Amino acid sequence: MKRIYLDYAATTPVDVRVVKAMLPHFTEIYGNPSSLHAFGQEAKHVVEESRHTVASFIGAKPEEIIFTSGGTESNNFTIGGIAHARSDKGNHIITSRIEHHAILEPCHFLEKEGFQVTYLPVDKYGLVDPGDVRKAINAKTILISIMHANNEIGTIQPIAEIGSIARENGVYFHTDAVQTFGHLPVDVDELNLDLLSASGHKLYGPKGVGIIYARKGIRMSPFMQGGGQEKGRRASTHNVPGIVGLGKAVDLAKEEMGQEIEHLTVLRDRLIQGILNAIEYSSLNGHPTKRLPNNVNVSIAYVEGESMLLNLDMEGIACSTGSACSSASLEPSHVLTAIGLPHELAHGSLRFSLGRPTTSDDINYVLSVLPGIVGKLRAMSPLYKKEVKYGSVQ
Amino acid sequence: MEAYSEKVMEHFRNPRNVGEIENPDGIGKVGNPVCGDIMELYIKVKDNVITDAKFKTFGCGAAIATSSMVTELVKGKTVDEAMKVSNRAVAEALGGLPPIKMHCSVLAEEALKKALDDYQRRTVKKLSGKAA
Repeated sequence: MKRIYLDYAATTPVDVRVVKAMLPHFTEIYGNPSSLHAFGQEAKHVVEESRHTVASFIGAKPEEIIFTSGGTESNNFTIGGIAHARSDKGNHIITSRIEHHAILEPCHFLEKEGFQVTYLPVDKYGLVDPGDVRKAINAKTILISIMHANNEIGTIQPIAEIGSIARENGVYFHTDAVQTFGHLPVDVDELNLDLLSASGHKLYGPKGVGIIYARKGIRMSPFMQGGGQEKGRRASTHNVPGIVGLGKAVDLAKEEMGQEIEHLTVLRDRLIQGILNAIEYSSLNGHPTKRLPNNVNVSIAYVEGESMLLNLDMEGIACSTGSACSSASLEPSHVLTAIGLPHELAHGSLRFSLGRPTTSDDINYVLSVLPGIVGKLRAMSPLYKKEVKYGSVQ
Repeated sequence: MEAYSEKVMEHFRNPRNVGEIENPDGIGKVGNPVCGDIMELYIKVKDNVITDAKFKTFGCGAAIATSSMVTELVKGKTVDEAMKVSNRAVAEALGGLPPIKMHCSVLAEEALKKALDDYQRRTVKKLSGKAA
């Protein structure tokens, strides 16, 4: 059976060129970068090379890059590290309702410690209003964290504008760039960023490695304490193969990103239009244009997301859903409820995230299979005929 | 997420008894769109034996599979026997459900109980109608 992976926002395959770059660092260049001998120094050299590559990719200085174990750590580290280092200045943090749980959960945790967190609402497209950010700032605000692009609905936030508001007010500004790093141009100065999180495995790099960009002079409480690596901020022996892999993935993104954006935007819009045309009572979630080039998120009324996902899986197509039924909490996606979707439409959401290897044929295949699946599930749905009969759709 | 058993997937792929029964003897409707699962169960009863059962469900894989299984389990049973079909029995017949999906089997049991209650209510009504 044909197998089509359309869940690149969850994770990407590691590019073979990345694997090739990593391999010698398991068996040949295996020293500990903290060791003074030649074995250690070789390893240190490749770590610093990778740091350089990552820094120059986002317009930062190498010493402003901290290697971590991934996006979740980068976000946890930033939120906790800044809050604790700046608690003498204030105890207020501003973020949004549609952040990844790796931001929201540390914020909830800090609230228990006495910090105050403002969770800004978003409009129906998932956009944060920079005016709301300005209004939320008070004398005790120490950090603003707004994601660059949303992982579920793909909406790209006005980061530069929010960053300039933060700067005017002397508040640190962080963005979770896990979904955009290596996919959209990111320049820390143009975006007025002080801090940024990114992960390796979303850009065809390995899992288990990520970065924080922290503008020079920013104090953060250490995330892990031990051997003093990463200037004492993040102890633990460097994941040398992972760091090398991340560097290589960034090198490739630098070359291929422009073309990838064009290629994926065309496929994305074809898939969106194809679904909206072929399936009655379907609608797009997220912004039509301020949107990740690879993100398609639709709600299909009267059917439930997990049922669609399983049926697509049986046809070889992998995607994801914001339905409660596929979450551990049995709550529908907080992002879809934040943009104002009624529960039943949040339950009927599907996210297709395209990637470098996605072809036009893949899109055609999805479009040939999905309407049939929806038809089959609607025939089984007690909601379908009633809503249509009473004409109270949407 | 924990994967479904073979049996759940089999019933999900080929759900039995999908649809509605015209002039049913009992209907059980449970759930709501907010929680994400809605089940409608229809039964036909003759001489106190369930001769047919059909369902319509909006919900996840487990919701569809438990709906399908509960209709299979009650067909041919007397009303009293059907009353004793529990959510555990439905889940067991499906080779188990992931813990987080057990509520789907509860929904199936509730739909069945409601349909049976509805049947009994209608029967009483008919009888009292005749008496009057």
